[in-house]
Amino acid sequence: MRIMYFAWLRERIGKSSEELTPPAEVDTPRALIGWLRTRGPGYEAAFSDERPVRCAVDQEFQPLDAPLGTPEEIGFFPPVTGG
Amino acid sequence: MRLVAVQEQDFDPGSLLAALGGSGSGGVASFIGIVRQTPGGGLRALHLEHYPGMTQTALERLVDEAQSRWALTGCVVIHRVGRLELGQNIVFTATASAHRAEALAATAYLIDQLKTRAPFWKAEEMEDGTTHWVEARASDDEAAAAWGNPPAL
Repeated sequence: MRIMYFAWLRERIGKSSEELTPPAEVDTPRALIGWLRTRGPGYEAAFSDERPVRCAVDQEFQPLDAPLGTPEEIGFFPPVTGG
Repeated sequence: MRLVAVQEQDFDPGSLLAALGGSGSGGVASFIGIVRQTPGGGLRALHLEHYPGMTQTALERLVDEAQSRWALTGCVVIHRVGRLELGQNIVFTATASAHRAEALAATAYLIDQLKTRAPFWKAEEMEDGTTHWVEARASDDEAAAAWGNPPAL
């Protein structure tokens, strides 16, 4: 699946998107975060931050504990601050 | 008239309001968000990042909701992205209706919802060269929730 990062998550991870195939036991966005954190210090720095992280699965906002299914795309980002 | 846009270039409120005022509207209401100085000073510009693809869909949904809640004859939402200096326009929401109450309420609804339900992020570029990501505010969540929608995620 395509994983996208925005704002300070993008800066800490050092890329805006990547194609990854997480293991089958990754069944929620929160579990995916746990798996991503094992991929390197940038991910650890991004996802261990005390500031909250939100997500969108196939471009729809979803809670971090929602069933992940088999999406084409998941985006991780801070709470939105537009307007 | 219905227009939803995410763009780098500025918008012209006068021509948009004039267009909304046509087609039998009894009134037009609007909101313009502008880059302002931070309370502590030192801000040079904002950088607006968004989630391409998702942003347009999210804004279209807010317009659909406004049109289902109020009898509108027109609805415009424009949000700029990229680097915006002090005093420049960020966002424009405007609606037209037969009567003022619908247009005023729908315009407020659109900007309140946009702040918590559309994927935009602001970073502050300071005069000393540093940049800081803007933190989300609980007061924005409360303003959006006051309309009776589910709280922002």
